[in-house]
Amino acid sequence: MSELTLLLIRLAFLAVLWFFVIAAVGVIRTDLFGPRTAPAPTRKPVKQPRPVSKPKKGEPRQLIVTGGPLQGTIINLTETPITIGRANDATLVLSDDYASSRHARLFPQDGQWIVEDLGSTNGTYLERSKVTRPTPVPLGVPIRIGKTVIELRK
Amino acid sequence: MTAKRRGAQLGMLAFAVLIVMGAYAGVGLGINGKIPSGMLGYGLGLGGLMLAAYLVLAKWAPWADPLLLPLVTLVNGLGLVMIYRIEQAGQPGASATSQLMWTALGVVMFSATLIVLKDHRTLQRLTYTAGFVGVVLLAIPALLPGSLSEVQGAKIWIRIGGFSIQPGEFAKLALVVFFAGYLVAKRDVLALAGRRLLFIDLPRARDLGPVLITWGFAIATLVLEKDLGTSLLLFGAFIAMLYIATQRTSWVLIGILLFVGGAFLAGQVFSHVEARFNVWLHAEDPALYDAGGGSYQLMQGMFAMGSGGILGTGLGQGYPKLIPLSFSDFIFTATGEELGLTGLMAILMIYALIVERGLRTSLAARDPFTKLLAGGLSFILAWQVFIIVGGVTRLIPLTGLVTPFMSAGGSALLANWMLIALLVRMSDAARRPPPQAIQDEGLTQVMQR
Repeated sequence: MSELTLLLIRLAFLAVLWFFVIAAVGVIRTDLFGPRTAPAPTRKPVKQPRPVSKPKKGEPRQLIVTGGPLQGTIINLTETPITIGRANDATLVLSDDYASSRHARLFPQDGQWIVEDLGSTNGTYLERSKVTRPTPVPLGVPIRIGKTVIELRK
Repeated sequence: MTAKRRGAQLGMLAFAVLIVMGAYAGVGLGINGKIPSGMLGYGLGLGGLMLAAYLVLAKWAPWADPLLLPLVTLVNGLGLVMIYRIEQAGQPGASATSQLMWTALGVVMFSATLIVLKDHRTLQRLTYTAGFVGVVLLAIPALLPGSLSEVQGAKIWIRIGGFSIQPGEFAKLALVVFFAGYLVAKRDVLALAGRRLLFIDLPRARDLGPVLITWGFAIATLVLEKDLGTSLLLFGAFIAMLYIATQRTSWVLIGILLFVGGAFLAGQVFSHVEARFNVWLHAEDPALYDAGGGSYQLMQGMFAMGSGGILGTGLGQGYPKLIPLSFSDFIFTATGEELGLTGLMAILMIYALIVERGLRTSLAARDPFTKLLAGGLSFILAWQVFIIVGGVTRLIPLTGLVTPFMSAGGSALLANWMLIALLVRMSDAARRPPPQAIQDEGLTQVMQR
C-alpha cells in the first residue's frame, strides 16, 4: 500500500467523519432556525380566486351582533359558512354562558343565507320561533343564540 | 409540530455503520495493506444490532429524537474499531470481541429499558428507592474485602469468578433519578428561602443539609474507594441539577467551594490524592515520569496526541501499545494519535450533539421531573467526557473514568446505553404531539324562564 493511497484514505476518512457531523446538524437545523417556511418571495403569487358572483342587490353582506356581550361586532359575509359558538375554532366566538360550544351555523345557498342549529342546549331562535331545521334568514331578522342576538344586514 | 423524522434517523444510522466499517477497513489497510477478513462480519454484526435497536425504538418510542441512536452508534462503533486496532497492536487486555459482545448486551439493555419503562414518570415514584439503590451500589465495593473489589488500587469492583462489574456506573443513573425526584419536591424552598448577601442568595442552613450529605458522600467515596472520578462525577451532577432546579448561582458557587476545599484537604491528608495532584502538576518531571505510578502513562498519552498532530498518523499507523491502558482510560489519546486533532474534534462534536439532544429534550419536556432528569442525564454524560478528556489532556488531574461508549468496559457500556434509553424515552414523551385538548368552555347553562 503506497504512502499516497494511505494519505488519501486518511484524509477521506476525516472528511467523511466531519460530513457525518454536518449531516447530523442538518437533521436538527429546524431546532436552530425554526421550521422551513414556504419560499414565498420567489414563488409567483397565487391568484386569488375571484368571487364567483358579486353580491347582488338585496343580498346580505354583513352579520352584525345586535345584542349580548359581543354587541357591535361585524363580520363580513363571504362564500364561506360561519360557525357560531363558544369553541375557539368558531368563526364568531361567543363569550356567552348560554351558548353551546358549537351552537349554530350560517351558510349561503342559492343566494340565501341559511341558519342551522347544531344541537345546542338552549336552541337557536329566528325571530320568535325555534330553528328546528335549516331555515332561510331574511334581512334584518334577529337570530337569538343564548343571550346574543345577531342579524344580517346589507 | 415535530415530525417523526424516521427516514433521517435510518439514513444517519446506516451512515454511522458505514463509517465504522470504513474505519475498520482503514485499520486493516494501515496495518498490513489488506482489508481485514472480519470486516463484513463486524459490520453486519453492528448493523444488525443497530437495526434491532432501531426497530425497538420505532415500535416503543416512535416520536423519539432521530439523532440520539445514530450518534451513539458512531461513537460506540469507533470505540470498537479502536479497541480492535489496539488488540492488533498486541496490547494485552484489549479484546474487540468481548467489546462487541458488551455492545450487544448494551443494545439489549437499551431495548429492555424502552420496552419495560413505558412512562419515565413512574421513576418519580421511586425517588427514594432509587436513592437507596444508588447508595448501596456505591457502597458495596467499599465494604467488600479488597480481594473481591480492588483492581489497580481502585476499590470500585465486584468480582465474582472471572466476571467483574462496576456497580458505580449504575449507581450514577439511580442517583440522578433520586436527585431529580428530590429536587422537584424541594426546589421552591431551596430557591426562595434565605438571605441575600452581597450578590448571592444564601440558602438557609437547614436547606444545605442534602448538599452537605452528598458532599460528604462524594468525599467518602473518594477516600474509601480511591475513586476520584466517580466522586467528582456525582458531586458535579448534583450541583448542576440544583442549578437547573433553582436557577441560583449561589448553589454553584457553594458547590465549587465545597468541592475545591474538600479536594484540597484530601490532597493534604491522603497520599493517593496527593499523588494524583503531583502527577498533574509536575508531569514533565523526569523523576516522576520514571517513578512507578508516576506520570508515565499521562505523558505517553500526551506524546501520542503530539505525534498525531492535526491530521493524525492514519488508522492503524500509530503506536497505541506505548500507552498503558490505551484501550480503556486512554482510548481518547490513542484515537487522537491516529485521527489527529481533526478526528478528536469530530468525536467531541458528536458527544456535544448527543448532549445537545438531551438538553433539547429537557427544554421541550412538559413537567419538571422530566426536565430535571433529562438535564441531569445529559449533564452527567457531558461531565464524564469532560473529566476524562480533561484528565488525559492534563487540563485537570487525571481520574479514572471511562470515555462513554468508547472505552473497553462492560458496566460502563451497559449503564450508558441505559442512560441513552432514558433520554430516548423522554424525548419520545416530549416530542409526541400533545393530545387534543378537550374544549373547556365550561358547561352551557340552561335557560330558565
